[in-house]
Amino acid sequence: MSDGPREILNEGLWRNNTALVQLLGLCPLLAVSGTVINALGLGLATTLVMAGSNVTVSLVRNLVRPELRIPTFVLVIACFVTAVELLMKAFVYDLYLVLGIFIPLIVTNCVIIARAEAFAAKNNVGRSLLDGLAMGVGFSLVLVVLGGLREILGHGTLLAQADLMFGPAAHGLTLTLIPEYRGFLLAILPPGAFLGLGLLIALKNVIDRRHAARRALRGAVSPAGPAVETAKP
Amino acid sequence: MKLSRYMLRSALILGLFALIGGGVVAAIYQTTAPRIAEAERAYMLRSLHAVIPPSLHDNDIYHDMIEVRDPELLGTDKPVPVFRARREGRPVALAIMSVAPDGYNGAIRLLVGIRVDGTLLGVRVISHQETPGLGDAIEERRSDWILGFTGRSLSNPEPKGWHVQRDGGVFDQFTGATITPRAVVKAVYNTLRFYKRNKDWLFTRPSENPAREAQDIEHAESEEPPHE
Repeated sequence: MSDGPREILNEGLWRNNTALVQLLGLCPLLAVSGTVINALGLGLATTLVMAGSNVTVSLVRNLVRPELRIPTFVLVIACFVTAVELLMKAFVYDLYLVLGIFIPLIVTNCVIIARAEAFAAKNNVGRSLLDGLAMGVGFSLVLVVLGGLREILGHGTLLAQADLMFGPAAHGLTLTLIPEYRGFLLAILPPGAFLGLGLLIALKNVIDRRHAARRALRGAVSPAGPAVETAKP
Repeated sequence: MKLSRYMLRSALILGLFALIGGGVVAAIYQTTAPRIAEAERAYMLRSLHAVIPPSLHDNDIYHDMIEVRDPELLGTDKPVPVFRARREGRPVALAIMSVAPDGYNGAIRLLVGIRVDGTLLGVRVISHQETPGLGDAIEERRSDWILGFTGRSLSNPEPKGWHVQRDGGVFDQFTGATITPRAVVKAVYNTLRFYKRNKDWLFTRPSENPAREAQDIEHAESEEPPHE
């Protein structure tokens, strides 16, 4: 566990991506990925909580005895989630209304406690911050891509309701890709989220395999497949 | 002995964390509370002004609020907020946050704006869980169906016209979704009936804000035939 910053980034964004490899935190992922803006909102909130909790856990890691670890971490995470919830309510109220229960439910996103336990409790503050950000951004990217897919297929638009996040000036950001589109119900409903995520995972595996094959051709030592650190749902 | 001291220390550490965490959250709550109240007010005002145009009234409609209860006509056991609009002290209109309890997928919350003479100023859907792409055409941003209520009243159309077309009424249904519009039409009709029965005191009862206390309404025997 002494990888450099590049390794930490690579872990979070690609090799050990929360949503595509660890398959953690799927409930919010599948529930709010209906549009890009919803996905971005939840992704940012989760990233913020994860970075904050990783830093705090790392700061107190030598103070907390093993048997107190989990309760303390949960406490820290709950505080951050409540803070983020209050801040969203104060500054992006409309987005808060749309995301609703999924903001408080970030507490139960097991990615966050998994990173606190598996990484922040064993690493210094800087590396923990980087890990939290990388994992969070990796999660957000998958959310946004899935949200984009579902929004284009389901509504024929992209960035609809951008004003929820960026204020009234953002009304013009909405792109209507397919005018007079009747909508594709499957993409909007939960099964569409599962199918979309499945396709994204398949895509990642194809890319990984291509890379591995190319490397093998070049005669380099082929690295082991994606390592799954924690895979508890 | 040693064990109990160990446990005590653990408990103290955990308690310390809880204290710090609680303190931080309390501080953030204190600082954001005014902004949150302002955001909630702005949001509610925007909804209210969609059904009661701001030009119609000059009072603080958000605070001129009472809560009423009528499970039969307003669709919920819970207290329902009624916002009152006045101009130069005279009643102009009110907005009732009633519920259509029988949507395709649970309750649909409505905001019904009624002019003092009993005609509808406008209806908006506040929240719902209807099927996206089918039932959600009741939202104003999806279709202009909901605008079709404006100007209607208990006598326009006649009671037997207060149904979707499939049931012999005057209101459109959507392709593939009849239950949703049916529930909304029925709820709007019942809200109008509630207004007719209670209009004597709806404007005169003192405003309840900020004290929120629900009050039951003893409403008179039904003067209309039961609505299906």
